[in-house]
Amino acid sequence: MSAVEEQMQQPAAPAGPMIRTLVSVAMLSGLLVVLTFHFTKPYIDENQRRAIEAALFQVVPGAVSRRDFLVTEKGVVPATEKKQPGDTLFYAGYDDKGKLLGIAANARAQGYANLIHLLYGYDPVCQCIRGIKVLKLAETPGLGDKIITDPAFVANFEALDVTLAEDGKTLANEIVTVKHGSKQNQWEIDAISGATISSKAVGKALNESAKALLPMLVPNIEIIETRSEEQVKGER
Amino acid sequence: MRKQNNEITWDTFSEGLWRENPVFAMLLGMCPVLAVTNSAINALAMGVATTFVLLASGLLISLLRRQIPKQVRIATYIVIIATFVTIVDYTIQAISLDLYNALGAFIQLIVVNCMILGRAEAYASKNRPLKAFVNALGMGAGFTFALLCLGVVREVLGAGKLFGFDLFGPQFEPWVVMVLPAGGFIVLGAWLLLFEWFKQRKAQSESDAVVEVR
Repeated sequence: MSAVEEQMQQPAAPAGPMIRTLVSVAMLSGLLVVLTFHFTKPYIDENQRRAIEAALFQVVPGAVSRRDFLVTEKGVVPATEKKQPGDTLFYAGYDDKGKLLGIAANARAQGYANLIHLLYGYDPVCQCIRGIKVLKLAETPGLGDKIITDPAFVANFEALDVTLAEDGKTLANEIVTVKHGSKQNQWEIDAISGATISSKAVGKALNESAKALLPMLVPNIEIIETRSEEQVKGER
Repeated sequence: MRKQNNEITWDTFSEGLWRENPVFAMLLGMCPVLAVTNSAINALAMGVATTFVLLASGLLISLLRRQIPKQVRIATYIVIIATFVTIVDYTIQAISLDLYNALGAFIQLIVVNCMILGRAEAYASKNRPLKAFVNALGMGAGFTFALLCLGVVREVLGAGKLFGFDLFGPQFEPWVVMVLPAGGFIVLGAWLLLFEWFKQRKAQSESDAVVEVR
């Protein structure tokens, strides 16, 4: 059969085999995807849990266990309910006796290349940020990614002041990123020279997240502490 | 109809490795080649993931080759390829989230890797399953080899490391451009030059040999 004859025959092909083939291939495909999803889900959940905890235990030093909470319109609630749009998820880290050590929340802002995603740890005792962990970034290697490696920059977050203002509705001092070498106050971030845009993005991300979260969180801090004690008792 | 040669020879496997290497000879699938070869481990993972999709889709398409009507073959191939890509996607998430984040969207983009659709159309749909499988294995190995060629060079020059291990110590000043997109093009160009030079030299020596026999 020549190629021309083959083409001539094509319009005559019935729709039946075509539909049968497509439907059965699609069903086979669906079956395989569902099976894979089913088998890999526990591993993926476990990986995600471990990734969150590794990051949390890094920004809340000393923590060994965690609980998840949501900031909703009604206030702070444990994250057992489904997350609605507009709710903010945060994690509370406890030591081995169930004492609240700090909380961690997500922050993000536009960097030089793409969004920079951060997790930061808040210490309610000193009312300051105790550490940050970059979860995802696409900054220029060797320049923008110094926000992870530069020791002087990381030192900004040993005790970054985020005390609330007297009315409790906003921060006493907004977090600002200042030019390299001109940091004077505890709420200022000393930028990396040569990576100013990335440094500013970190400041902006922390400022926006802290400004939104802390006025809701600080008045409700007992909920997080007491709930954990009840749960610790419950576990025993 | 085209006469089919059903024998599986060393050539069935090796043509993907060298003579018809998807990257160096056919220049197919350049998107992941340039995008994820900034480190050797990313290159290896992408190569293995693509090889798996090639193998599984090649095998299935070859098995179904008599049942698939010509008019809907492309749609069928894409559904089959997309299925195996989704499986790879979940599997990598289950193995390592770090790796998954490093490869990013390029896992899902294996679906549109023209090398895989090209193999399905040009080879798997015309050959029996075992032969298609062997050929896909060779193509996958060739693709992985090419990705590793780029990944190793870029990681060593751009980060001073290989598979994450420090090679030169702290004094080494990394050549950052190599892990950036521009470095991908530079290294790919250099490898293509080398590959072409090899090929020409081989052709030259073969034609010389013919002259000598005469």
